[in-house]
Amino acid sequence: MNVIIVDYKSGNISSVINSFKEVAKDKVTIEVTSDLNKIKSSDKVVLPGQGSFKSCVDALNKIKGLVDTLNEFAINNKKPLLGICVGLQMFADVGYEEIKTNGLGWISGKVSKINNQKGKFKLPHIGWNQINIVKDSKIFRNIENNSHMYFVHSYEFIPEDKNVISATTDYSSNIVCSVEKENIFGTQFHPEKSDKFGLKIIDNFINL
Amino acid sequence: MLKNRIIPCLDVKNGRVVKGINFVDLKDAGDPVEQAKIYSDGGADEICFLDITASNENRDTIYNVVEKTSKKCFVPLTVGGGIRSVEDINKLLNCGADKVSINTAAVENSKVVIDSSKKFGSQCIVVAIDAKKNGDKWEVFTHGGRNNSGIDALEYAEQMEKNGAGELLVTSMDRDGTQVGYDIDLMSKISSKVNIPVIASGGVGNLDHLVDGIKFGKASAVLAASIFHYGKHSVKEAKDYLDSKGIPVRI
Repeated sequence: MNVIIVDYKSGNISSVINSFKEVAKDKVTIEVTSDLNKIKSSDKVVLPGQGSFKSCVDALNKIKGLVDTLNEFAINNKKPLLGICVGLQMFADVGYEEIKTNGLGWISGKVSKINNQKGKFKLPHIGWNQINIVKDSKIFRNIENNSHMYFVHSYEFIPEDKNVISATTDYSSNIVCSVEKENIFGTQFHPEKSDKFGLKIIDNFINL
Repeated sequence: MLKNRIIPCLDVKNGRVVKGINFVDLKDAGDPVEQAKIYSDGGADEICFLDITASNENRDTIYNVVEKTSKKCFVPLTVGGGIRSVEDINKLLNCGADKVSINTAAVENSKVVIDSSKKFGSQCIVVAIDAKKNGDKWEVFTHGGRNNSGIDALEYAEQMEKNGAGELLVTSMDRDGTQVGYDIDLMSKISSKVNIPVIASGGVGNLDHLVDGIKFGKASAVLAASIFHYGKHSVKEAKDYLDSKGIPVRI
């Protein structure tokens, strides 16, 4: 089996690569690429994302055919895909960071700034927060409810269909921090930086 | 609920830990990778390396250390010391650092913070403010505390938030190394002034100081070096203590 981490030249993905390689050991091949043919033929895809919603979408679009290839992979062929942080946010129809920008539109909804209640809550939401698991998700196998995960973000994904939400976290309000829709998985937090439990989530995804 | 973070900091010089944990089971007490791993296994919420390598020839040693550490520690890793340019930041991030902490360069050239936060995202840009009290205000120092920029620390903190810093690492130079506790007044004033998280640093001598930094200094995270060195306190002890005082921590 092989897992591809999509390298679309946006942000720092070395921690994602290190964590997947640590979990995969020699059993699974982890490849970091934006090669369309390799993505097409891979078993699973990881879509990381750092920086702003707009900068990530722009970077995706810069690589000719990448969005189409990802659509084919996740929507037509229904193969497992994991979005991390802005990678998850891009599942939305639209994001409002910097300027209104269209996302991939895989899960209906929008990405908007966390309501900091007039400065009561600091942004970015940085640090370890507990996740409240609201539905059985395959990537949460053997993850206890209220486990701590590492977050860094100022924007939140608000999906229209609440049934896709697999976990929330409490920061100013109940923020969506994980989604599962059929073969599409996403975490707002960073499993690659969330120590043992984060690595377990990565392990669960690899072993789907 | 978001937890307050405890961040042990290791001073690294020419690729070796200068002060460190003095555990008997350590194979190599000077190896930053091994020490970072002990901290992360012990529950450290993040790890911080401060590179104090003086000569330019040995600057590359830190990249090697970061690369090895990031393959073993799966909590966020911040690296500071000697960062001059966006290219330096790029190199550290590529080696596996999750955040960089910028001090002198942020004072001398505001473009470094503006450009790097645009390029890599605010989440990985920490601005380190070394502040020293002068009358009823604090001034920002650079070059490891040697040069006084004369800039007001509170105004500077606000400016850095505007420039794109994701966090501020505030060190009281009056307290650093004294072990008498954080400069609570400085921490709380800066924390109230900005809407980004503040990491308190400088002066920790006991576990109550960590409590004070969060409770009264309004810091989101507390950074400490010497109390974790030589096994005086473990990260776990610190967390248990904070927990017993009603401070939310990840246990």
